[in-house]
Amino acid sequence: MVTSECVIVGGGPAGLSAAKELLEAGARVTIIDRNERLGGQLIKQTHMFFGSEKQYASHRGIDILEYLVNDLAPYGDRLEIRTGTTVAAIYQDKVLGCLKDEKYFKIKAESVIIATGASEKALPFENNDLPGVYAAGAVQTLMNEYGIKPGQKVLMVGSGNIGLIVGYQLLQAGIEVKALVEAADRIGGYLVHASKLRRLGVPVLPKTSIKRAIGKDAVEAAEIWSLDENWQGIPGTEKKLDVDTICIAVGLSPLTELLQQTGVRVEYVRELGGNVPLLDEGYRTTVDKVYACGDVANIEEASSAMVEGRITGIHAARDLGHEVENAGFRIKALQHELYDLRGGPPGEKVRQGIKKREVLA
Amino acid sequence: MRIRKHPILSFPEKDSVPFYYNGKKLYGIEGDTIASALHANGVKKLSESINLKRPRGFYCAIGNCASCDMEVDGKTNVRTCITPLKAGMEVKTQRGKGRLHGN
Repeated sequence: MVTSECVIVGGGPAGLSAAKELLEAGARVTIIDRNERLGGQLIKQTHMFFGSEKQYASHRGIDILEYLVNDLAPYGDRLEIRTGTTVAAIYQDKVLGCLKDEKYFKIKAESVIIATGASEKALPFENNDLPGVYAAGAVQTLMNEYGIKPGQKVLMVGSGNIGLIVGYQLLQAGIEVKALVEAADRIGGYLVHASKLRRLGVPVLPKTSIKRAIGKDAVEAAEIWSLDENWQGIPGTEKKLDVDTICIAVGLSPLTELLQQTGVRVEYVRELGGNVPLLDEGYRTTVDKVYACGDVANIEEASSAMVEGRITGIHAARDLGHEVENAGFRIKALQHELYDLRGGPPGEKVRQGIKKREVLA
Repeated sequence: MRIRKHPILSFPEKDSVPFYYNGKKLYGIEGDTIASALHANGVKKLSESINLKRPRGFYCAIGNCASCDMEVDGKTNVRTCITPLKAGMEVKTQRGKGRLHGN
């Protein structure tokens, strides 16, 4: 059987950052990703990042992806990258069952880092299954990775950063955004993104939601309506929008299915996106030598996923018996970066969630 | 419906890749997935719901949700949003739940 000191499942910002630390410490690392290309969702992120220089602020996601992959280049002899490979099962002895080109094989790992990310949530409304109702990130993939327009006229549902950023990226691709609706009374994401949309003439409507999609074989129109203080639609306020695409940007759920096969303890923490693993300060789960970081642990930005990945990598390397230079100091510095990233009102939810999880653990 | 002009990204001309959709010859380009090629050809309906036969398109585009499952070269439940397009592929709307394909 193929063996590896540390298998990282998921080659996105968290997984790639963890890999770098482990490799630097001298470990043998395997990165497995079901996609043909590494990078996770950075592949489609054409916008510039926020945060500080340390997390490549003002660089675009698609470029950050290259930095992260290039960082691994010097360690080629100890690094195995398996793309286009799906981990179908993890057994309790840390044997991973993998599927590549219809062939099944196993890898035996000493330690496992799960960095599988998240998936986009759906929203219940009439005809929400019609073709043309897409997750906002899916539309981002279609546009920025494959160069295809999802449609001509779009309604965006949700004003978190994904809704706002994809709304702007739709305009960049030459697509009309008829409106952006938000059920809450305020914008969910960074105001700077919302202002960009408003300046370009997109109505950004708080306390408004989608009532239904209209169409036979695909979306032909959408109906929106105002919400009262109990989040219920107000009859008589319906407005019909001439759109062929409806983007749903109402949050993400951690992809913990694989992680849970290892038997780790998982608890529901709303602020972190749903069922999330209990973790200690080294991103260790409740199962020995199984770690989780990035969106699978708590829904956040790619910037924090990178920092979490690095902290996880340092701990995992040390737990395997590798020496990490200045480990204590470096971990502290990285924790400071996380603290800064989670500062201010936008980080409030994550801060609360992480506190809740600490109590549960 | 391909993007021609973009302020950040460039989408250079690529070789076309012929394939069949329910028997009809269509063309995608190098680098397409099956779903992206179909979408570029204006095909938004990829599957049907099992009981009510309602039309379904893709939803997540990253291989999570199974809304884009189709029959490809006789194999059912292929996630077309992450399966690279290959020349000559026979892509069909799947009827029902599909079946296990063995060795």
